[in-house]
Amino acid sequence: MKNWLLFLILVLVFACSSDDKTETYEPTPLALNIPEIFEQNIISPVIPNNNPQTVEGVALGKKLFFDNKLSGDETMSCASCHSPQLAFTDNTATSDGIDGIFGTRNAMPLFNLAWNYGERFNWDGQALSLERQALEPVQNPIEMHANWEDVVLKLQNDPDYPELFRLAFKTSTITKELVTMAIAQFERTLISANSKFDKFLLGQATLTPQEQNGLNVFMDETRGDCFHCHGSPNNPLWTDNIFHNNGLDANFTDLGLGAVTGDSNDNGKFRSPSLRNLAYTAPYMHDGRFNTLDEVIEFYSTGLQDSPTVDSLMKKLDQGGVNLTTQDKADLKAFLLSLSDPSFLTNTDFQD
Amino acid sequence: MKKIFSLLAIIAALTFSSCSDDNDDNITLNTEAQTTFSFKHTWNDTEVTSADFNTIQYTNENGEMLSIERLRYVISDITFSRDGQDDIVFDIYNLVDVTNNNNTTLSLDENIPTGVYTNVSFTFGLDNEDNAENYIDLNTENFNVPEMLGGGYHYMQFDGKFINSSDAEQGFNYHAIRAVDNPGMNPTFPQDTFFEVNLGAVTITNNATFQVQMNIAEWFKSPNLWDLNQYNQMLMPNSTAQIMMYENGASVFSLENIIQ
Repeated sequence: MKNWLLFLILVLVFACSSDDKTETYEPTPLALNIPEIFEQNIISPVIPNNNPQTVEGVALGKKLFFDNKLSGDETMSCASCHSPQLAFTDNTATSDGIDGIFGTRNAMPLFNLAWNYGERFNWDGQALSLERQALEPVQNPIEMHANWEDVVLKLQNDPDYPELFRLAFKTSTITKELVTMAIAQFERTLISANSKFDKFLLGQATLTPQEQNGLNVFMDETRGDCFHCHGSPNNPLWTDNIFHNNGLDANFTDLGLGAVTGDSNDNGKFRSPSLRNLAYTAPYMHDGRFNTLDEVIEFYSTGLQDSPTVDSLMKKLDQGGVNLTTQDKADLKAFLLSLSDPSFLTNTDFQD
Repeated sequence: MKKIFSLLAIIAALTFSSCSDDNDDNITLNTEAQTTFSFKHTWNDTEVTSADFNTIQYTNENGEMLSIERLRYVISDITFSRDGQDDIVFDIYNLVDVTNNNNTTLSLDENIPTGVYTNVSFTFGLDNEDNAENYIDLNTENFNVPEMLGGGYHYMQFDGKFINSSDAEQGFNYHAIRAVDNPGMNPTFPQDTFFEVNLGAVTITNNATFQVQMNIAEWFKSPNLWDLNQYNQMLMPNSTAQIMMYENGASVFSLENIIQ
């Protein structure tokens, strides 16, 4: 009789546990939509093993990205400085936070982030993963100026978020780490590879003679020589994601990578930005000092400043640069604009 | 008694397994060997690593003081030659990145038979057939050569600064590629500038590590005394400079040692 009772209890226990859906639930895997032009030319994107892309994680990350709850006074979201209509940046030299105080760096546009193989983010490489990058702006006193404990509490008390976290991460207990993991998942979906030049590489568009000559200027070591740092048709990220001193200043007010590493050889070095979507991402450089592409090209042509850490790839420093002709400058600009992807701005997957 | 028996059994097992290991060494390990290539860099007799970069501290044969800021190069097609038998060719490439200390050691995936080899060699750069391939890892490393110069890949990027004749610091980009003339839609190639590095005859008896040395100073030495004031930047479209690099490259590599 005792044995029968024990058997019955065991059957009931297993029956109960097999009915418990939370133990068998798994978020739905979501593969990144890798563009053909990337697939053909560069190695696979970086997805951390501990934060795989899922449908639920991306949806949660998107909601968080656009949610003002992440700021101290609930007036700002990530999208305030990283607007989808501006290729996920803003249009001011530097950005103001919730207290109206401007920072010192230009907001970086957000796209193709999973292809930053070195996983050093921000202009100065301070953030060592996309997940960690998202931790800083929320608590930065001149940005979203919030306290992570308060943010997590607000989200935990929200009627929707605990269930969304359960769906994304199998726990309804919210932490700042899970918040940034979700945001990072969303950010990795921000892929831009549908510019006119991408179509040209796929045989679906033709370059104008001006754009073609601009490409030649870009690739010519004796003229633009842009390709050593900014990619090429074979590396369609249009950046090396590496840190260079490109000759902006003779004396540094911002040490860039040097302030992060503590190595004076890194002073004045900033991460090469991608040249995609320049049509939407003005102003330019780490401090937004140039309002137009013409100013940028003129800087590289005649405005280079010498300093101990200026990259040895910078040419003719004693003449201020390579002194492009007026025609070459105009053509280079036309080519650079062919790297902009209007469909990226209107992709409904990326809108609030 | 049981314990004594167990102990004896363990001792016996150890003894036999030790013996059989020795036998394996003699029979199995001597028929095949894994080979590894380790690349070391020097300025004449002084070892160079990325820790030595960014400081003007080296003097080239022409008397110019210089620093190294970036050094990476491709080696490919490692070949083991034997008398009376086909060469064993590893159709591979490896980007030795001294700046980031990546891929300075390369272990070949397949073992080779032990025995006497009349030569072991590799290619500096990529031969023309390999250079026409699409290598996504080299693309990712931004190692491409523009199409107007024939496409393909750099053989080497060696960047730094030197003190020029005006006593000012100036950048140099000693970038080795396939020599090219008439840049544009139909470039022409005056001569090949990849080259074979011969490490010489070797008898391989066991797993072997070839310690290969690049003496960076040799790039500036002979047969062409390199004047950085004349040849410093924009050397990719300069076939004269490319051919000089090719010629100077002949004495750059040497086999320092084989550990086996």
